[in-house]
Amino acid sequence: MELIFEKSVDGLRGYLNPNSDVGDAKVPSKYTRKEAAKLPELSELDVIRHFSRLSKRNFGVDTHFYPLGSCTMKYNPKFTEKIAAMPEFADMHPLLPQLKQGEKLVQGSLEVLFEMEQLLCEITGMDAFTMQPLAGAHGELTGVMMIAAYHKVKGNKKKYIIVPDASHGTNPATAAIAGYEMICVPSDKNGVIDLEKLKEVVTDEVAGLMLTSPNTHGVFNSDIEKIADMIHAVDGLMYYDGANLNATLGRCRPADVGFDIVHINIHKTFSTPHGGGGPGAGPVGVNKKLIPYLPISRVIKDDKGFYSLDYDYPESIGYIASFYGNFSILLRAYAYILLLGKEGLKEVSNMAVLNANYIKEQLKEYYDLAYDRHCMHECVFSASKQAGRGVHAIDIAKFLIDQGMHPPTVYFPLTVKEAIMIEPTETESKSTIDWFIEKMKEADVLSKKSPEDFKDFPKTTPVSRPNEVKAAMDINTSYFI
Amino acid sequence: MIPYIANTKKDVEEMLKCIGVESVDDLFKDIGPKHSPKSFNLPSGKSEFEVVKKLQAIACKNTSSLINFVGGGYYDHYVPAALSTVMSRSEFYTAYTPYQPECSQGFLQALYEFQSSICTLTNMDIANASLYDGGTALYEAAMMAIRVTKRNKIIMDGGVSPIYRKILKTYTSNLNFEFEETPVTHGHSDRDKISELLDKDTAAIILQNPNFFGAIDDHSDIIEQAHSKGILVIESVYPISLGVLKTPGEMGADIVVGDGQSLGLPLNLGGPYFGFMATKKKYVRKMPGRIVGETTDKQGRRCFVNTLQAREQHIRREKATSNICTNAALCALQGLVFMSLLGKQGFKELAELNYKKGEFARQTLEKIKGVEVKRSSPTFNEFTVCLSKDACYVVEQMINKGFAAGFPLGRYYKGMEHYMIIAVTEKRTKEEILNYAKALKEVLKDKS
Repeated sequence: MELIFEKSVDGLRGYLNPNSDVGDAKVPSKYTRKEAAKLPELSELDVIRHFSRLSKRNFGVDTHFYPLGSCTMKYNPKFTEKIAAMPEFADMHPLLPQLKQGEKLVQGSLEVLFEMEQLLCEITGMDAFTMQPLAGAHGELTGVMMIAAYHKVKGNKKKYIIVPDASHGTNPATAAIAGYEMICVPSDKNGVIDLEKLKEVVTDEVAGLMLTSPNTHGVFNSDIEKIADMIHAVDGLMYYDGANLNATLGRCRPADVGFDIVHINIHKTFSTPHGGGGPGAGPVGVNKKLIPYLPISRVIKDDKGFYSLDYDYPESIGYIASFYGNFSILLRAYAYILLLGKEGLKEVSNMAVLNANYIKEQLKEYYDLAYDRHCMHECVFSASKQAGRGVHAIDIAKFLIDQGMHPPTVYFPLTVKEAIMIEPTETESKSTIDWFIEKMKEADVLSKKSPEDFKDFPKTTPVSRPNEVKAAMDINTSYFI
Repeated sequence: MIPYIANTKKDVEEMLKCIGVESVDDLFKDIGPKHSPKSFNLPSGKSEFEVVKKLQAIACKNTSSLINFVGGGYYDHYVPAALSTVMSRSEFYTAYTPYQPECSQGFLQALYEFQSSICTLTNMDIANASLYDGGTALYEAAMMAIRVTKRNKIIMDGGVSPIYRKILKTYTSNLNFEFEETPVTHGHSDRDKISELLDKDTAAIILQNPNFFGAIDDHSDIIEQAHSKGILVIESVYPISLGVLKTPGEMGADIVVGDGQSLGLPLNLGGPYFGFMATKKKYVRKMPGRIVGETTDKQGRRCFVNTLQAREQHIRREKATSNICTNAALCALQGLVFMSLLGKQGFKELAELNYKKGEFARQTLEKIKGVEVKRSSPTFNEFTVCLSKDACYVVEQMINKGFAAGFPLGRYYKGMEHYMIIAVTEKRTKEEILNYAKALKEVLKDKS
């Protein structure tokens, strides 16, 4: 399909600016650009048509089953969009509450932030939250900086962060950026962190441990409190990566099993749109011992019910974002939690886990299970058997695209060869899941019958098997170069 | 029964039977009684109607009727209606990171077009597919400069947003790099002071144009000097101003960052916005964030993929250029649609119009007794005034008259309690500006 720049026609425009009613001042030529930016010139219709057509070359949850493991691609309810669009929320300038008496102007928005904090505290068991981190990895960085602040104040000499081998890549990347060396601990035969190996590396120099629970093998670690005890014994801190919170709502709260810090991927568990890769929101919750280090500002409420911003936290790590978080994402999530309520949230995890186990049970004869036990909200298979026939996980993914779905995650977690990681979420019906199961079985049958066919998949998409090596060698990332 | 769950009781029974367990609880056996929540005391669920009604009532506690003259890097621009039409395409907004290029060509092409638009706007070679926001983009740029130069001192010009400065300070005090600042000036950057500070340990200097006080500068000379010492220059920009202002590329900057809010995103009390970053071709492998590249498929058809992923955390883990995973692609798409609707002429006119409004407001206000415009160089659509009364007091009084009058600088700068910055976008009419002037005159005249 043509690029929007290739459709440009000199002199067209898709929007008309108001005329100047204030004279004709000109920027002194010393400070002006030589020529106008070469933005495309199209009528409004042509802009709309361009993007409408582009959208049809894209799978989303609303159009396609999207069992992308580790990403919790659940349905995004539409009423939250209506709420987010309310101009009383959308038009609020972020500096308004920083004006004298300005907090009065944004009582509604501050109430949402404050009440959301209370809900997240109850959901996770933590004592306080910052809403500021703009995504999960930003939450991780905030959390690890707080770990560093905690140890600095206590005079602890710490050097290492422990991360299991099945972790998301953001964990080691975050630990490295925050100046820690990483110790990677392997998983045991049950798919959880190897306790014996862990014991060997827990020393006084360990600042903390970052754990996703359930982990990326889809397994809940029953020894979690033993791990917490081990880390706490050296005054280390337990960091909970909330990427997989969708599995345990109302079943287990991170604070109750020994975690000191959590981040929540709001856009996953609490279902906010993040098309193309974002925006997200990654609030970070802590227990009492870490409250002094939370970023500023914090939203507080006085006895009269008045909300304001509080900056008076002398031990705070400081400002980690420009303002108060991705407000309209948090607003959508707030509405979502209110609608579901206590029972609804539990049901979310129940059905997410049921759906994943159903898939696991139905497909385990056909694909090797990474770990043959009950899974939580996602199940991880290996396509090793199929790979032996020349059909790799990526080939199966391409086959599934032709069947009309977004494929599961492939080649993650890195601990499982030829990994296929399936997360159906709670919002999919049994009939959709049965259809998916059938397609997975078909892929296996076909891998025996005519493995060579897979090289041609996908056939139904506008393009097939892009040359990624070429993209990385002959770098072309802009129309203008 | 929640409307977002599709399993009937019968479905559940069949699925349990297939799995070979009695109940859903059996699936949670790994979570023992000792792991049970000590509390889960949340409110009961509500209907959609009830939640909408509740949130509408909360929304009404905000005051959205003020005429806005507050900027500070975040501006009240008009958002064309066509934007929401594109943004409501659920093929876009319910997708995720385009890991599978064949079923994500729509988003991948849009992100390539976004990168191209940022490149032409800034006159840089390469842009990424978005970062969280302007403030965190600036931090990522500083980290990138440290990687490129293998030095670890960052100098920040006094004209850079104090909001960004505070963020940088947090990261510098917790991470391993040094940070120095040049003094605040209302006009051009202080060349002499900058010369003194640029040394062999300096990785980068951060400049902002227009600066926080609204002043326009041409940083070419500073950039030349920095380059002669092997120092990179990071330029933080207000994208709308680039419709008319000399670009960072023309000045020779190495890394350009900014906040995309002004490109068609609602203010939303601070987010979500998007950050953008552009650089020179030679630094592409050091750049953080996702990058979309053009390639061909097996039949030779043009297509787009996430490229240079070997820089990223999901491949490189602890050796990645950044820990970023989720970014702000949907907001970047919104920015692209905005830039595409305005187009070459429209975008230039919009920048010119903002300049004209700013000039008119400045000239109108400087006639008022008690208002001194602080200006040693031209300004764009925002400017600094020194008032005869405390600026916080003035703003408070102006709220009563229906205006969000500006941002008092005393909050971020000691000794500037009488100073305020005033932003005037294309949305402010002549009449509103004149009414503002009238109200301000009254407030300043008032004996209290």
